[in-house]
Amino acid sequence: MSVSVRIPTPLRKLTGGADEVSIEGANVGEIIDNLEAAHPGLKERLCDEAGEIRRFVNVYVNDEDVRFLEGRATALKDGDEVSIVPAIAGGC
Amino acid sequence: MNIVRALKCRECGQEYDIEPTHVCEFCFGPLEVVYDYDKLDGYFTRELIESRPQTMWRYKELLPINGEPTVGAQNGFTPLVRAKNLEKALGVSELYIKNDSVCYPTLSFKDRVVSVALSKAVEFGFKTVACASTGNLAGSVAANAAAAGLESYVFIPHDLEQGKVLGAGIFGTRIIGIKGKYDDVNRLCSEVAGKYGWAFVNVNVRPFYAEGSKSLGYEVMEQLGWKAPKHIVVPMASGSLCTKIDKSIKEFIKLGLIEDNNTAMYGAQATGCSPISRSVKDGTDLIHPVIADTLAKSLAIGNPADGFYANRVINESGGWAEDISDDEVVAAMKLLAETEGIFAETAGGVTLGCAQKLIESGRLPRDESIVLCITGNGLKTQEAIADAINKPRIIDASLKDFDALAEADGFEAAA
Repeated sequence: MSVSVRIPTPLRKLTGGADEVSIEGANVGEIIDNLEAAHPGLKERLCDEAGEIRRFVNVYVNDEDVRFLEGRATALKDGDEVSIVPAIAGGC
Repeated sequence: MNIVRALKCRECGQEYDIEPTHVCEFCFGPLEVVYDYDKLDGYFTRELIESRPQTMWRYKELLPINGEPTVGAQNGFTPLVRAKNLEKALGVSELYIKNDSVCYPTLSFKDRVVSVALSKAVEFGFKTVACASTGNLAGSVAANAAAAGLESYVFIPHDLEQGKVLGAGIFGTRIIGIKGKYDDVNRLCSEVAGKYGWAFVNVNVRPFYAEGSKSLGYEVMEQLGWKAPKHIVVPMASGSLCTKIDKSIKEFIKLGLIEDNNTAMYGAQATGCSPISRSVKDGTDLIHPVIADTLAKSLAIGNPADGFYANRVINESGGWAEDISDDEVVAAMKLLAETEGIFAETAGGVTLGCAQKLIESGRLPRDESIVLCITGNGLKTQEAIADAINKPRIIDASLKDFDALAEADGFEAAA
């Protein structure tokens, strides 16, 4: 199945400037692997050496943080929207 | 003198030129401004600083702009109050309030960070500035942008306190309420920032913006007579302020402006949104995001971007973190107002209430200097205490009616 992945500005050099790419995958982990296949260099920016999503990377599936879902195992269906968002600050 | 060297990734150390960017292209770590402090040798002295106007810009060499500020030149330099009455109430010997509830021009410490962010945005050539905000930042961006002749957009959660909505809207900003929590606003803004090419103070100019918080720490040290306190309690949302005050102290030590006093940093949160406090208490540096639910809306960030670093600063400095219930927040707001005449917003209640708890548990010693950072004004969060304060007693304009009332209060007419 195919989902659209929104790419944040700091990673667009790796996607040829594209702010959104279409990727196959049954869960978030597969999407990350397939992103890497299509755009080499993406995975090491999103995941640490152990393959876990980095501390400063937020991944959302249809506006829900995957940390509140099942992390990399979060299942996806056709037409889902995945967003990759760097952590940012506000408040104190 | 400009001593800014570069932007540097806090995770992998990669350095970048000074540009409107905030995350490392290699590891997604946050970028921070780094300086060549050696250039200030023999130049940046107490005398030089004391000779300058009383604004946050008397420390301009340590703030990341070129030359003079173009936005917010009057901001900062708020009172440091010796809190004698509160000392008695809490049973401690040396307590100070850094009172940013009267920060110019919008009554919160955000005026510090915004004047740096917008001065930098003007330098970069931006015409439109924006922010994701829990309220105080929105008001400060709107006001400082208006004064600087910049266009602004401010994004807030749709259910903020009226005082904060009005306190931004009055400045003619374009105010957008987002159906969701602050964390949703934040996420949207990071996507908007990439798309519209505006200066988002807490997205693409965040490394510069965050540095503005250091001025609060510089002022505390100068106002204490060029000395760092033993203990500082700060409210935490993203955790940024905690890390920047720690940085300000380390910089003053490095520059020989103060002696190292082994200052410990303490973080305060509301229990309904306490991911950083939780991590400190659990002895881990892993921050688990939460869905925020607290009266202290300015601190309601469930996914704190600087949580990891705040946790580290607290641990390395020998401090601690604490959190309190919403009822305790209200009680502490009243205590601060009734003892020191300072009307702080809910975050101020969080700070004082957590300090009380830290004193009672022995984490904060009673006989050493303590500074509480009050970062916002209670007039903006009136809903929080509306049911907790005395209503006026209504009487006719009759002396007899008042006499009866005064007698009930135990007062007698003077002879």
